[in-house]
Amino acid sequence: MTSGLIFAFAGAALFAMGVAGVLLIDHLLRRILAFNLMGSGAFLVLVGLAQRSDAADPVPQAMVLTGIVVAVAATALALGLVRRFHGLTGKMELPVADDD
Amino acid sequence: MKRIAVVGAALAFIVALLAAMGDLGPAAIDLRPSVAANLAASGVEHPVTAVLLNFRAYDTLLEIAVLLLALLGILAVGNQRESGAVGPMDPLLQMLARIAAPLMAIVAIYLLWAGAFRPGGAFQAGAVLAASAVLLHLTGLMPGWRQPRVRLRWGLSGGFLVFLAVAAVLLIEGGLLRYPPAHAGALILLIESGLTISLGLILAGLFLFLSDDDGGES
Repeated sequence: MTSGLIFAFAGAALFAMGVAGVLLIDHLLRRILAFNLMGSGAFLVLVGLAQRSDAADPVPQAMVLTGIVVAVAATALALGLVRRFHGLTGKMELPVADDD
Repeated sequence: MKRIAVVGAALAFIVALLAAMGDLGPAAIDLRPSVAANLAASGVEHPVTAVLLNFRAYDTLLEIAVLLLALLGILAVGNQRESGAVGPMDPLLQMLARIAAPLMAIVAIYLLWAGAFRPGGAFQAGAVLAASAVLLHLTGLMPGWRQPRVRLRWGLSGGFLVFLAVAAVLLIEGGLLRYPPAHAGALILLIESGLTISLGLILAGLFLFLSDDDGGES
């Protein structure tokens, strides 16, 4: 078991925790945090699996670098939307839709 | 009930994924030799920078477009100002920020330059620039931004436009972002410089356009 594989395992666990958080948490700010946790897990899997043999592969690293910046932008946009929503309704939870 | 189902499914997912990754064979495609073989012709010496701005430059082009789009989204959503009043700041804090900001600008320039041969590059440099702007804002030295004026608009979109112009010129030459090896280094430095300034402004804008404290106009 190399350190790269351990990173990938940790990334898988983070991703699953993030998915569970997005599904279960109603508070929008915490949901955005859970979404970021999901993204971080995916990045860890990508980088960790790429270097599970020994040497680092620059291609996944560059892609993860791109992904991090895009994740920052997406988070900022989500925060802007949440702020607007909070300003309009005063709530931090989305209205619950009827199931049927 | 929903909670138990979701947690159970997540645990099952983790176990399945760990098992799958545990007996994963070696990668079918190894890109490292091809990166190393083409590094000399890429115009930079660091493999990650070479991948970002030469071999997969269209990724980076689309990335800066996505960033710009996110910023436009924030501007379009708009935000109502709540209480803009900020108490007086600690003068020691302000002085430290005044000292730190120019140093951060120097670090950003160094990171941009270092990207050619060691870890660094436009994104890291832009992030440091944006951090210095946020620092100045949080210490009360720089007001939050409202609607961007013409100069700021050019700054925000300049990196993307430079990148797009280079891509368009190279498209006439015959390939999507296929730099001629003789000029690759200079072209990458040009693109990275534009990207650094625009990224710094965009990342700072993501914070400052959302900020409540609008002391003035930008």
